[in-house]
Amino acid sequence: MVQGTSPIPTAARETLSSHPVATLASLAALLLLLMLGAALVGAYPITLGDFMAALGRQLTGEVTKEKIDTILFDIRLPRVFAAVVVGAAIAAAGAAYQTLFRNPLVSPDILGVSTGAGLGAVLGIFLSLPVAAIQLSAFVVGLATVGLVYGIASLVHGREPILVLVLAGVVVGSLAGAAISLLKILADPYDQLPAIVFWLLGSLSAIRKGEVWAAVPLVLIGLFPLVLLRWRINVLSLGDEEAKALGVEAGRLRLFVIAAATLITASVVAISGVIGWVGLVIPHIARMAVGPSFDRLLPTATLLGASYMLIVDTLARTMARTEVPIGILTAMIGAPFFLWLLARGREGWS
Amino acid sequence: MKIQSLHEALATSQCSSGLIRGLRHAAVATAVLLLAMATAKARTVTDSASRKVDVPDRVERVFAAGPPASILLYVLAPQVMTGWPDPPTVEERSLIAEKYRDLPALGRLTGRGGTANLEVVLKTKPDLILDFGAIRETYVSLADNVQEQTKIPYVLIDGRFEATPAALRLLGDVLGASERGEQLAKYVEATFAQIDAVLAATLIDKRPRVYLARGPDGLETGVVGSINTEIIERAGGRNVADAVGQKGLVRASMEQVIVADPEIIITWDRNFFDRIFRDPLWVGIRAVREHRVYLAPTAPFGWIDRPPSVNRVIGLRWLAGLFYPDKFPEELREITRTYYHLFYHVDLTEPQLDTLIAWSKGQAPSRQQPARR
Repeated sequence: MVQGTSPIPTAARETLSSHPVATLASLAALLLLLMLGAALVGAYPITLGDFMAALGRQLTGEVTKEKIDTILFDIRLPRVFAAVVVGAAIAAAGAAYQTLFRNPLVSPDILGVSTGAGLGAVLGIFLSLPVAAIQLSAFVVGLATVGLVYGIASLVHGREPILVLVLAGVVVGSLAGAAISLLKILADPYDQLPAIVFWLLGSLSAIRKGEVWAAVPLVLIGLFPLVLLRWRINVLSLGDEEAKALGVEAGRLRLFVIAAATLITASVVAISGVIGWVGLVIPHIARMAVGPSFDRLLPTATLLGASYMLIVDTLARTMARTEVPIGILTAMIGAPFFLWLLARGREGWS
Repeated sequence: MKIQSLHEALATSQCSSGLIRGLRHAAVATAVLLLAMATAKARTVTDSASRKVDVPDRVERVFAAGPPASILLYVLAPQVMTGWPDPPTVEERSLIAEKYRDLPALGRLTGRGGTANLEVVLKTKPDLILDFGAIRETYVSLADNVQEQTKIPYVLIDGRFEATPAALRLLGDVLGASERGEQLAKYVEATFAQIDAVLAATLIDKRPRVYLARGPDGLETGVVGSINTEIIERAGGRNVADAVGQKGLVRASMEQVIVADPEIIITWDRNFFDRIFRDPLWVGIRAVREHRVYLAPTAPFGWIDRPPSVNRVIGLRWLAGLFYPDKFPEELREITRTYYHLFYHVDLTEPQLDTLIAWSKGQAPSRQQPARR
C-alpha cells in the first residue's frame, strides 16, 4: 500500500515542466475564460452585452431591481465561484494527501472527512434542522471524524504510522457509513430520504453568496500552510527516515498537512455535498503535466481542479431542465478521461 | 360438499377394525384439513397486476405493506388493520379515530428502506397482505415472493390517482365491504367529475403554472408524470417542472425556478413556507409577489402527497379551489368536515376544523415535536 517513489522528474517531464510559470499562467487564463463562459450560460439567457451592462451597474453601485441582476449576482456568479472554490479545494487537498501518503490511490476521503461530513449533514436533515445548521453540522462532524481517526492512529504505536492512519480511516469511515445507512432507514421516506440522497450525491444548485463567502476564508486558512510547507512536504514524500535525515520531523509535519487538508475539504463539502473523484484524479492529471514535485503540483492541481469542477457544474445546470447531481457527472466524465490518459501515459506514478 | 366428505370419513371409520384405526385418523385429519381449506380458500380475486389470489371468505386481519396501503385500508375498513407502517406522530394522532391511533407500528414491507420483519408480520396473523401503489415488475415479484414465503395472500392494487375509485371498489370487494367501497368511490368520482367539468371549459394555456416545492430549501420537486406531482395536473394546473426523460423527484436550481416563474407554489414544508416570503431570491417570483404560495396541511395524512394515497382527495378539491377560486364556491370548511367524517372516521370539533382551515390558508399549528420511532 505504501511505496516510496522517486520524486525526480524524468527528462520527458522536464520539457513539459521547464516553464512552470507559463504552465500556471495558461491554466489561470483557461480558468478565467471558463468562468466568463459559465457566467453566460444557464436557464436564463444572458448575452455578453447584458453581462457587461450588469457588471457596470454593479461596479457603479447603481441599485436596480432588474431580474438579470438577481440571476447574475445572487445566483449564477456565486455558483460559478462556488464551483471554482470547491474544485480547487478538493484537488489541492487531494494533491496534499497523495504526496503525504506517497500513494496515488489516496483521495481526500481517505481519512473519512467526506463520510463524516455526510453523516453530519444526514443527521441535520434527520433532525429537520435549517439549511445553515445542516451545513455547520456537516463541517463539524467532518472535522471530528478526521480528529477521531488521527487520535486512534496516534494511540497505536507501530512502525508503520501511515498504514495505521489509513486503516483507522477505513474503519471509522465505514462506521460513519453505517450510521448514515441507519439514519436513512429511520428517516421520513417522503421528506428526509430524498433530501439525504440528493445531499450525498453533491450539488451546488442551492448555493448562496453567504455560503461561498463563509467557505473561502476557511479554504485559504487551510491552503496557506500547504503553500508555506511545500518544500518540506516534498521531502516527506521520500519517506520518514529520509525526511528525518534531511531534518524534517515527519510526524508533526504530517499532522499539519492532515489538519490543513481536512479543513479545506470539510469546508467545501459542507456547502456542496459529497463530491467524489475530483480529489483523486485531478492531482494525477496535474502530476502528468508538471511532475510530482509538490511545489509545482499544488498550484497546478488547484487550478485544474477549479476548471474541471466549473465545467462539470456548468454541465450539471445546463444539460437538462432540472439539475443533474454533480457526484454522478464528476465520475461519468472523469472516469473515461482518466482511463484515456492512463492508456496513453507511458510513465509510472510518482 | 367438504362437510359431507367429513361425515363419510367418520362413518367409514366407525365400522373399521382396530387395524384400520391409523387409517381412520388419517382420514379424519384429511377431512379436517379439507374443511379448513374450504373456509380459507373461499374466493379467488384478481388484483390490479392480474394476479389470481385466493382470499378467505371473511378477511378479519390485514397487514398493509406500506403507508399508501395503510391509508387505503384505514379509510375503507380500519377494523381489520393489524398496525401502522410508522407510528403516527402527536399531530397526526389527534386526527385519527381514537380506536386506531394506538395500533402498533409494524414497519414497511416494500420499497426503499423496507423495515418490516416477516416474522413480526406473521405474528400479527394477517389473513391478507395489501399493497397499494405502482404496479411494476419489482413489486409484483416482491408480492409473489412474500406470498410464497408466508403463504398469506398478497393483493396488489393500482395506486395511480386516477384509479382511486377502482381501488376503493376492488378493496371493498376483497374485504367483503363492497357497499362502503362503492360509497367512497362515488364520492371520489363526484370530485373528479366536478373538476373535469371546469377543466373542459378551460384551455390548457389558461391553466395556472404550478411549482411543487419540497425539501428544506424548496429546490426538490417532482417532474411531470411523477406520482408526487400528478395531483397538480388532476386539479387543473400545469407543472412547471417538465424535464424530458426524467421521472420522479429531482433537484431544481434557483435559476430554473426564476426562469419558470410559476404562478402558484405549493408546499407542505413549514420551514420553507415561513422563509419564502422573506427570502430575497424567492420574493421576485410571481407566485410569491402575488401571494399565491400555499401550504398543504399534513394531518392526519398529507393533503397533496405524503403518502400518495386516498388522502389526496381532500387536497385535490382544495387545490382546484385555489387554482380556480370562482369555479369552486363551496365552503372548504364543510367539505373538510364531511371528508374527515366519511374517510377518516373522525367528527372534527370546531377548534380542530379552525386549525385545519387556518393551516390550509398558511397558518400551520406550531409543530409539536413528534416522538419519532
